Amino acid sequence: MHLEVFAEGDSFLHRMDPRVKIIVFLSFSLLCATSNTLKIPFLYLLYSASLIFCSKIRLKAFLTRLLGANFFIGLIWLFVPMRYFQLEQALMVTMKSNAIIMATIALLATSSVFSLARASLDLKFPKKLASILFLLYRYLTVNHEEYEKLKRAISARGFSPRLNVHTYKTYGYLIGGLLVRSYERAEETYKCMLSRGFKGDFPLYDVLTWQKRDLVFGIIMILIASFIRFKS
Amino acid sequence: MKEPLIRLKGITFRYDKKYILHGIDLEVFEGEKIGLWGPNGAGKTTLLYIIMGFLKPESGIVEIFGKRRDKEEDFLEVRQKVGFLFQDSDSQLFCPTVKEDIAFGPLNLGKSREETIKIVEETCALLGLIELKDRLTHKLSYGEKRLTALATVIAMNPLCYLLDEPCLGLDETTQKRILSILRNNAKTYLVVSHDREFLRQTTDKVYLLKNGKLSQTKPDLL
Repeated sequence: MHLEVFAEGDSFLHRMDPRVKIIVFLSFSLLCATSNTLKIPFLYLLYSASLIFCSKIRLKAFLTRLLGANFFIGLIWLFVPMRYFQLEQALMVTMKSNAIIMATIALLATSSVFSLARASLDLKFPKKLASILFLLYRYLTVNHEEYEKLKRAISARGFSPRLNVHTYKTYGYLIGGLLVRSYERAEETYKCMLSRGFKGDFPLYDVLTWQKRDLVFGIIMILIASFIRFKS
Repeated sequence: MKEPLIRLKGITFRYDKKYILHGIDLEVFEGEKIGLWGPNGAGKTTLLYIIMGFLKPESGIVEIFGKRRDKEEDFLEVRQKVGFLFQDSDSQLFCPTVKEDIAFGPLNLGKSREETIKIVEETCALLGLIELKDRLTHKLSYGEKRLTALATVIAMNPLCYLLDEPCLGLDETTQKRILSILRNNAKTYLVVSHDREFLRQTTDKVYLLKNGKLSQTKPDLL
């Protein structure tokens, strides 16, 4: 399984310090989510779109992600009554969510999960949160491998799904197996970590250093976002 | 001349840029006992996975039981009639208890409940697993897991066995047991092993897989 499709790339956004990107992302999201006219979210949409443009990520993969998210946003449109005020609200939600999703992809997804976890530690986020993020990412892949293994075990013995109890039972075993295995795997890993002196947090190996361009980028991006929010 | 059970023609496979198999030809006829020998990472398991349809070759033809196999559906018959023993037993066992795991294959073949129960009894007796029948598969010891994995394959009474390191890490007594089970119950098989002595005792001919090519030798010459 490949989770970091957008992290491979060589734009200036990819090279930017992940801490700066997190700060810019957080302030942008906050400003965007709390805005309350139609014009501001629209400008923010342009803001994120230009970030996406700068990140030079694969357009097809990006559009697939955006489409997936918009499926859920589309549900809002299904349930609003056809009155002008509500339509305006729905449009606002759609624009805000898309702006934030695009910013997530352009700013956060262009860093590896590991460097984001690492950066969040530097930004004094709770250590537990950073550890969970890191382990979640690491073991999502492991879990997926385990799933592939189970699927192979099942098909190696000539299983073909039908509408019967045997099939349901087999799917039950598949899910149960996944649970039991991931639990045991987690215990094993924990023992492994303890035996190497784990005390509850991951010591940092390298030190991130700010560069001038990171600072400039951060300040400019936050200034633009605030300008849109408060001056337009 | 008789048709081979398994015929591979010009199989090429690579992981990223590294070619693991480079134009492999292989035929397995009924009654043949073949060994596959090669260094770590030579592609032995990959070759078996291609026969089972878990991996698709970049080029080449996979023909099993005289029919070409390309799509996922083509491999259902292969998987029902070829018994595959995974190198890692945890890849093989997935049902809660030993007896359910052994019953899984026969049920997939469309056997009735009564027949399946009989098959489970017989297989457990053959491999000395009667006491383990109700145990949880993920709580078994390594050796017990190996034997149970073999049992799940034998229970399907396959036309041909593909065995990936059946004796890896087992003590001498268990190895001897597997050896005699193979001799008495399996007519046709392709067995991957690093163990020269084991191959000498179980196979008539051995293929050497190295640098993506197969070459044939006698077991005694290994």
